[in-house]
Amino acid sequence: MKINKEKISGLLFLLIALSALSVLALITIFIFIKGVPIITKVGLFNFVFGMVWDPSHGAYGIFPMIIGSVSVTLGAAILGVPVAICCSIFLAEFAPAALSNLVRPAIQLLAAIPSVVYGFWGLLFVVPAIRNYLGGPGLSILAGSIILAIMILPTIISIAEVSLLSLPRQYKEGAYALGLTQWQTIRSVLLPAAKSGIVAAIILGIGRAIGETMAVIMVLGNAVAIPQSILDPARTLTTNIGIEMGYASGEHQQALFATGIVLLVIVMGLNAFAQYVTRRK
Amino acid sequence: MSIKMSTGLMPCFNVKNMKIALMFSRPKRRIYTTVFILVFAVSLLSACGSMNKSGIIVAGSTSIQPYAEVLAEEYMILHPGAMIDIQGGGSSAGIMAAQSGTSNLGMSSRVLKDEEKSLWYVEIARDGLAVIINPANPVQNLTLDQVSDIYSAKITDWSQLGGTKAKIHVITREDGSGTRDAFVNLVMGESNITPRAIVQDSNGAVRQLVADDPNAIGFISLGLVDETVKALQLDGVAATRENVMNGSYNLSRPFLFVAQTEPTGQTKEFLDFVLSAEGQQMLVNEGLISPTEGT
Amino acid sequence: MKISARNAQRIAKILIWASALLVIVILLAIVIFILIKGVPEISWQFLTEIPRNMGRSGGISSSIVGTLLVTAVAVIIATPFGVGTAFYLTEYTREGKITRIIRFSAESLSGIPSIVYGLFGFIFFVMYLKLGWSILSGGLTLAVMILPTIIRTSEEAIRTVAYQYREVSFSLGGTKWQTITKAVFPSAIRGIAVGVILGIGRCVAETAAVILTAGSALRMPDSIFSPTRTMAEHFYILAREGISMEKAYGTAALLIILIFIINVVANMLVNRFVAKGR
Repeated sequence: MKINKEKISGLLFLLIALSALSVLALITIFIFIKGVPIITKVGLFNFVFGMVWDPSHGAYGIFPMIIGSVSVTLGAAILGVPVAICCSIFLAEFAPAALSNLVRPAIQLLAAIPSVVYGFWGLLFVVPAIRNYLGGPGLSILAGSIILAIMILPTIISIAEVSLLSLPRQYKEGAYALGLTQWQTIRSVLLPAAKSGIVAAIILGIGRAIGETMAVIMVLGNAVAIPQSILDPARTLTTNIGIEMGYASGEHQQALFATGIVLLVIVMGLNAFAQYVTRRK
Repeated sequence: MSIKMSTGLMPCFNVKNMKIALMFSRPKRRIYTTVFILVFAVSLLSACGSMNKSGIIVAGSTSIQPYAEVLAEEYMILHPGAMIDIQGGGSSAGIMAAQSGTSNLGMSSRVLKDEEKSLWYVEIARDGLAVIINPANPVQNLTLDQVSDIYSAKITDWSQLGGTKAKIHVITREDGSGTRDAFVNLVMGESNITPRAIVQDSNGAVRQLVADDPNAIGFISLGLVDETVKALQLDGVAATRENVMNGSYNLSRPFLFVAQTEPTGQTKEFLDFVLSAEGQQMLVNEGLISPTEGT
Repeated sequence: MKISARNAQRIAKILIWASALLVIVILLAIVIFILIKGVPEISWQFLTEIPRNMGRSGGISSSIVGTLLVTAVAVIIATPFGVGTAFYLTEYTREGKITRIIRFSAESLSGIPSIVYGLFGFIFFVMYLKLGWSILSGGLTLAVMILPTIIRTSEEAIRTVAYQYREVSFSLGGTKWQTITKAVFPSAIRGIAVGVILGIGRCVAETAAVILTAGSALRMPDSIFSPTRTMAEHFYILAREGISMEKAYGTAALLIILIFIINVVANMLVNRFVAKGR
């Protein structure tokens, strides 16, 4: 009797796993099937490095969007990562327990705000500020970077904090016993020890920044030309799909799926890098 | 060190654990799983072909969507039990949905292209297309050629048009938009809209941008112009409903409902309401122009 | 000039407190702005009436119901499949190339932008399976979207259950099934719950995927085959089309409050199930 139940439960789990995994495989295959034809037609090099995106005239080059994605994400990282790391150090090391118990849920609340609300807030406050004080239309890479930086803060902070907290106490105690100040301890002992977790947190945050769509559509301006300064409007790979999604027909639709393939490849690359970094002990 | 999600404290393997475990004991889990699979299967099976059992779907242009919603709401009040769902997606998406039968009616804010002419269609309203600028902008009147040159980036500074010295911020709609297609057909002619133009995905977004930015220019539905923006005169003709009706302001486009074949049943009833005096009056109240007006 | 250790400590402390302050200020700026503008909108009428006149008047009851239904469908479908898959990967298979590939794929898929899931859901669920724009289409699409996250966090949670628990259970004569349900699952449930809560949060806040699959109908849905407009979607449409800023703020405020409540309740539930102490 027991053995039969074992076999059944084992089989049940197998079925569940198979169906779940096949659905995920389905999506990947689906994206590839829909996207590959246009890549073979236009040529991979021309698709990825083509400078002109003009579907109504048959031009499918996504390089402007790649530049858009890279610059916005880079900007978000430059703005957001230092603040996030400092904040995680704050929660792990500097804050008294009562304060950290207040601040931590506050940061979770930041994560709970829908991206459309972020975008809207950015449109109301960040964009006019840039327009009035820095020039340009306000809808710009800078605006996108600022909003994205805010959006990825909770992700990086919470994971980095966990990494710092899970370090063995001996590290800190040993350092203090040697007479190091708190900051010296953090800088030369704790941060290096937690490096893999922190780097993973950063990569996760960057991954989120690359994948963000709705907020970015609202503040980035979505121009198809290659941006020439951070005050210029731009378009990312994701917003390209988002803005033209309704126009789902023929080659244009295929090109959007091909953009999805590129996104998938980028995310996989990021993940592989993250795994490589965390595996080196 | 693996990345730990905040799994928290490791609970003890003790009596309390066993009590909790009993909540998820074997028989209960099997029941949950079976019930779930059954429900899922049944709903999935009965799903196929269940579409349109009792309602009609109207999909397409985001320009027409708000007006269609107002009409549908009124219709559902007058005919309790009727179910009409309005869906956005853009004119091109709406035409495709109608062609494929995914929706009963499609909404298009542009004329049908040649390859779409096989569809049945009816004009439910006319809508003027207004070229708008910020109220603080001193420019009042432009020729169509000038507008075309602005949008193709041949003219880049407001001072070239009699305004203050400032770069023109050009705003356009997305590539599948009926509004944009109408604008391109009526204004751009052979030129292309500059790739440096800012792209927004709705009339309201364009309007808000132009209202906030003193150097912006955009185009929206005439019915949506309000006191936050200023509609330009084109070739000396003011952008008003009357001028659209008498033909002197010729930037206008039809609002179309399209379908695979001539509608029958509930769809036809809704269509009759839209085209009736009452339905048309509702549209006129919202700023649109009825095709029957002034004839 | 070398900064003394004491000064470095002081500077670091200031910078770090400043950054924490910055984060709090930003949070308050956004949340308080939305709440101040939106909470006055929230009344009994707002919660119970459906939108009227394009959403300019009335309430958002249909949106609330739609949001809850879509999320419920997504979670009910994704959780058993996700947790089950995680159990299978950790308990029934050996750590090897295949599991690594699966894990890697799950991680990558959870990073794909939701818009791609939306496109997939539109073509597969709405058009191909003919489910049309409906809560079911939206829910299924969201389920697929949160599935990788649930698999990944559940797997992580299950793996960190110390091997000793399994050893003890087996040495006491327990079968694999008993071990899983009585020893591993209760220990891992907290981590699993974190993943599910993350998934719920993602569903409620999602816009891009649901616009394409659940539709944007304003009336009260009468079954999971009806289209609906989730609150995030409603906010987006109201704000972008400039239809009614007051209602938009109200919707956003309610959305934030709702997500917060979900987080708090879920955390409370998880704490009840987890035995305290090490």
